[in-house]
Amino acid sequence: MLEIKNLKVKLEEEDKQILKGVDLTVEAGKVHAIMGPNGSGKSTLSYVLSGRDGYEVTEGSATLEGEDLLELEPEERAALGLFLAFQYPVEIPGVGNMTFLRTAVNAQRKARGQEEMSAAEFLKVIRAKAKTLKIDADMLKRPVNVGFSGGEKKRNEILQMAMLEPKMCILDETDSGLDVDAMKLVSEGVNALRDAGRGFLVITHYQRLLDHIKPDVVHIMADGRIVKTGGPELALEVEQNGYADILSEVA
Amino acid sequence: MALDDRKLNATEERLAAMTVPDVGCTKTARQSALARVRAMGLPARRDEYWKFTRPDTLVQPEAPKAAVFASDEAWVFDAIDRLKIVFVDGVFNADLSDDLTLEGVEIDRLEDVCCQDNHWAEDFYGTLEANSHDPVERPLAALNTAFAGDGVTIRVTGKPSKPISLIYTHESETSDVFLHHVVRVESGAEATILENGPAAARFNKCFEIDIADGGTLHHIRAQGRDHERRAAAHMFARLGKESVYKSFTLTVNGVLTRNETVIELTGDDAVAHVAGACLGDGDFHHDDTVFITHDAVNCESRQVFKKVLRNGATGVFQGKILVKPGAQKTDGYQISQSLLLDDDSQFLAKPELEIYADDVACSHGSTSGAIDEDALFYLRARGVPKDIATDLLTLAFLAEAVDEIENEEIADEINGRLEGWLERRRG
Repeated sequence: MLEIKNLKVKLEEEDKQILKGVDLTVEAGKVHAIMGPNGSGKSTLSYVLSGRDGYEVTEGSATLEGEDLLELEPEERAALGLFLAFQYPVEIPGVGNMTFLRTAVNAQRKARGQEEMSAAEFLKVIRAKAKTLKIDADMLKRPVNVGFSGGEKKRNEILQMAMLEPKMCILDETDSGLDVDAMKLVSEGVNALRDAGRGFLVITHYQRLLDHIKPDVVHIMADGRIVKTGGPELALEVEQNGYADILSEVA
Repeated sequence: MALDDRKLNATEERLAAMTVPDVGCTKTARQSALARVRAMGLPARRDEYWKFTRPDTLVQPEAPKAAVFASDEAWVFDAIDRLKIVFVDGVFNADLSDDLTLEGVEIDRLEDVCCQDNHWAEDFYGTLEANSHDPVERPLAALNTAFAGDGVTIRVTGKPSKPISLIYTHESETSDVFLHHVVRVESGAEATILENGPAAARFNKCFEIDIADGGTLHHIRAQGRDHERRAAAHMFARLGKESVYKSFTLTVNGVLTRNETVIELTGDDAVAHVAGACLGDGDFHHDDTVFITHDAVNCESRQVFKKVLRNGATGVFQGKILVKPGAQKTDGYQISQSLLLDDDSQFLAKPELEIYADDVACSHGSTSGAIDEDALFYLRARGVPKDIATDLLTLAFLAEAVDEIENEEIADEINGRLEGWLERRRG
């Protein structure tokens, strides 16, 4: 599904190498987790994959189902089925949540040559999905993320994911700023989307989230590289011993 | 103070090309207005109040040519059931207009003011304009009072069932038009006035609005269409106790627009909202000049002006709140913002507060900025193409101003205009 080969990335503005050769393959139907200390390049990886400005790829490749992601505009990557759940969802005053989502869903459908969703159909679908995420009608009407609590913002990210039905989901520290109940709700939302045709890349600091979203593969990232890959037990090891042991072991 | 020669000459040159029309029994008012013009002189480049907007083309004797914009696009407000009053190049056209009778309102033409005994507007015509020149002079408004060839008088006595719609069409490339309307909203009455259309190659319009205690007026105008048109519009409003005046202006296209709004809150608990949204592309200069005087207790005023500018367009905002001694519990708010879509465009703002009471809440703010890159990326990451995302954020920027329109149907019409404009420029 997602194939990253020897990806090297530096900041556009300064001569600072962030990713120093990342190799990673996420298969359809699998959940991969990336853990790692602050500054290891986890969030940069998610931004580079989704097409944010400010980064320069100096080497390597990233493909989604064989399509070269790095050549595409952010909206084209989204239409291909790539989705990034933001660590800090952006507040957009003046744009209604519902308008935003409908525009996004239909723009993607249009880009894929599919028929646009009618207002009535859209409303029916979004209401049902919002309900399972405990997102009320008021939140749907309000401007995108404006005045939302941390938990509400993350639930809203998952609602967007559910509506857009991407093939490859990247969750960037979705657990940050969530209390236990909110984490459970968000995780249930993610788990409901797990299926054989969809890949997940879950970026997190803590093992906590992985109790709820059970990964198939866990990677440890440090200093711009994947330094260790293993099963779910690797996350437990991090939880118990911190990163220091693993890092010294691979150094 | 004597006028300097240059100003005196420019003023006399303009006046020499014109004759005071004999319209209704407004002769006395016109003559005193003419005297005011001569005393003040017409605006000149070095006048402080015209620091950001060059008045030359509004003052010169000949109106610069303005091509008539040929478009099959429907006119704004077409979908709204309203009483239509049509002026073609500044001349009332009975064939295109509806019958001027509507329950709850008396509508006459300016020329009829004389034909009826003691017409209410007889003593009102020109009074708000005459009172508006201190501390800043508004000679183009006095020029209007003196030379307005046509206009309507609207007296709202009840709650008319539909908006009164003034439509200004433009057919002549050289038309130079003065229209002067006067409005009185009687105690407890409520109405909506709509205005739209390019009106003329050069358009000078004056609106005098007197709202009695407890009266309410909604005033929505759309200035646009013709790219080369020029306009100087004055809107004077005097508000009585517990009265409400809410205005919104959309400006798109037009090489030069100067909108002056002068409001006096003279009765306690009155509310005045003035909002404007403008979209400027290229050779476009748009100036909102607002002066709100609080002269009573517990009044609220709100100014919300938003401008979207690109390809070298210029936006100007001069807004002032004056709180007179004794105008306690004043709630004044003023925001002026521009969204600059490129580096060539500019926004010039001069927000002012002058307060002589000690128990008031007044706030003002002014900003200029580009499209928020984080918001743009967020939208694109969800699959919204860049141009559509930019338009969404542009509409979002304007929303605070458009939200000032209470009537949803009218707000939809305005939003439709905004979307159409953005879509056309997307190509």
